[in-house]
Amino acid sequence: MIAFVRKEMLEASPPPASQHGWQGWMRENLFSSPLNIALTFVTWIALGAFTNMAVTWLLHGVWTADSYLECQEIILAYYGPEASGPCWAVIRERWHQFIFGFYPVEEWWRPVFCFGLMMLAFVAPLFSDDVRNARRVIVPVGVLTLVLMVLASAPVAACVIGAVIFVGALAISAKPLRLLPWTGVYPFVAVWLLWGGSLAGPVMALLGLVILGMVVRLLSGRLGVPLSAGLGIVAAFVWWTMLEPQIAASLPGDLAFLAQVGSENIGGFLLAFVIGVSAISMALPLGILLALGRRSDLFIVNKLSVGFIEFVRGVPLITLLFTASLLLQYFLPPQVQFETVLRVIILVTFFSAAYIAEVIRGGLAGLPKGQQEAADALGLDYWQAQRLIILPQALKISIPGIVNVFIGLFKDTTLVSFVGLMDPLRGVTAIVRADIDWKGAYWEPYLFVAAIFFVACFGMSRYALYLEARLKTDHR
Amino acid sequence: MAEAAMKISQEVAVQITGMNKWYGTFHVLRDIDLTVQRGERIVVCGPSGSGKSTLIRCINRLEEHQAGRIVVDGTELTNDLKNIDKVRSEVGMVFQHFNLFPHLTILENCTLAPIWVRKVPKKEAEETAMHFLEKVKIPEQAHKYPGQLSGGQQQRVAIARSLCMKPRIMLFDEPTSALDPEMIKEVLDTMIALAQEGMTMLCVTHEMGFAQAVANRVIFMDKGQIVEQNEPREFFNNPQSERTKLFLSQILGH
Repeated sequence: MIAFVRKEMLEASPPPASQHGWQGWMRENLFSSPLNIALTFVTWIALGAFTNMAVTWLLHGVWTADSYLECQEIILAYYGPEASGPCWAVIRERWHQFIFGFYPVEEWWRPVFCFGLMMLAFVAPLFSDDVRNARRVIVPVGVLTLVLMVLASAPVAACVIGAVIFVGALAISAKPLRLLPWTGVYPFVAVWLLWGGSLAGPVMALLGLVILGMVVRLLSGRLGVPLSAGLGIVAAFVWWTMLEPQIAASLPGDLAFLAQVGSENIGGFLLAFVIGVSAISMALPLGILLALGRRSDLFIVNKLSVGFIEFVRGVPLITLLFTASLLLQYFLPPQVQFETVLRVIILVTFFSAAYIAEVIRGGLAGLPKGQQEAADALGLDYWQAQRLIILPQALKISIPGIVNVFIGLFKDTTLVSFVGLMDPLRGVTAIVRADIDWKGAYWEPYLFVAAIFFVACFGMSRYALYLEARLKTDHR
Repeated sequence: MAEAAMKISQEVAVQITGMNKWYGTFHVLRDIDLTVQRGERIVVCGPSGSGKSTLIRCINRLEEHQAGRIVVDGTELTNDLKNIDKVRSEVGMVFQHFNLFPHLTILENCTLAPIWVRKVPKKEAEETAMHFLEKVKIPEQAHKYPGQLSGGQQQRVAIARSLCMKPRIMLFDEPTSALDPEMIKEVLDTMIALAQEGMTMLCVTHEMGFAQAVANRVIFMDKGQIVEQNEPREFFNNPQSERTKLFLSQILGH
């Protein structure tokens, strides 16, 4: 008798309790075998001992003292001769050097403002259609920026402009992409805010890019994207090198609303962020172009991309930084003078772009061939297919790798201490410890710097996870 | 004389003459001559590796031919990218593995090419897309992503996506080969409906039932050559070459 017909379908029933609730979790993850049980207890004991030690040390912290020696005395007096603890007083007294370097006290509001405006510039590209998260950034950043600016006694005009910008941004944030123009203008505002001097410089530089954009827009229909982009770059260069100086010279007044601050005063995390953020935002587009170039059928484009990537990847970053600070000047005509910071930014950008290109190439290789074929079959041209079909998918696959490079890049900004710039880890810490009062402070500055680096890098990592979740459309 | 030539060119959809193609040193397509009239439904069949997919992929230049001429709708396929894009926008293609864009919704899949290639306003493109999605009977899936649809549904979306470009010729490259048996019929029904509206179609397929139902010509290929072509009833009931007989006995035998 094998004949059987089911009359009614069975309902789904819940799994046994030992399989799902917390008991199930513990059994599976902590106590699944004798070895596992032993490891669980050893780990608990080790964690307990470490936590005990760290918490005791942290609880012995001293916040008010005039020197490292005084800290030691206070700890001795309160907790006995065996005790040790951190001397946070050094951070309390010198925090501003870790943050701003030697940026003049009365101008601290400028980096603060700059940072707030940077977060605002991130909103459009990072949260293009996520109103909720866009506002979660705009509101607290706006409030915090204004409060800090007031605390840093910023001029009233600057505070009013800041308030207007943030309120305006909030007002149009129903579509975060509307903030994109700000993202384009921001780098020029930032340069002017940080370095000060005449407003004419950044405006003229921006106009060069506007010219480039206009040329591409007018000609790309007829000549194609690469050729028109090339002509645009030529036009922008003509503007920057030939027309701009003449026009700038003929301007009435010097338009200097802000006091000039030299690069030598910029240090600490201000420097790390200037280098890190500029390099990150330029390395991504450059990396994309290099990755496409490496896959291109055009012989010259292909070989140039491969050559660039392999050369830059094959050389340590420090070498490139030395090139930036010393050698680059030999190759450039004598009248072209770049700031060291700018040169370092350019070479760090190149370095990261080479890595990003390889990460993205991996993403491109991971796409099924059918995607390009489908785009071709629909009649999309090369750039449309790349922009609309290939890159959105390849970049999505590459997010973990790209963020990896970005985090590495941000931490590598500390290497600029080797070319005499004041990075937060070595540069500023060395300066602080050179003070006779704070001799002996090892843990405190490093912990402080590490904490800030951790927040920035963890933030990037979390954003990457958020982005991956938001872009997940494959429903596997 | 000129008038007569124009008249012919209006009726011929695809003209392939003396076409040859090699992959490296491997001669995949040998001396292909094929004329497709407007409104014809052609089924191309043959054993695997016979070059049938390669043949229809040459028609929209997904594969490049090395000798001979291919003229599609009066435009000859050469290295001229403008001509290639023009032909591609007039020729729809449906792939074995659907090749929908997984990062876009069904609606976006269907409107992308009309918006960017044909420069149709977004709203109009969406209306067209909904029209064709209704035609393939899945308008309710418009805002889902391809990954949420079954294979058969995805293939119908792929057909709708091609139709949104209002192509004059449709190419089908084994459209049902990657589908579960339960889903083959829904795709074939869509294709039959399309054929009945007079679309010029070239289908590479092993669905002989489909060939008998709608094709007005069946082409049998082997080793990169067209071995035999005939109208379906003759082709199935009275195959001429030994190779065709063997092939038919193998695919119809069980």
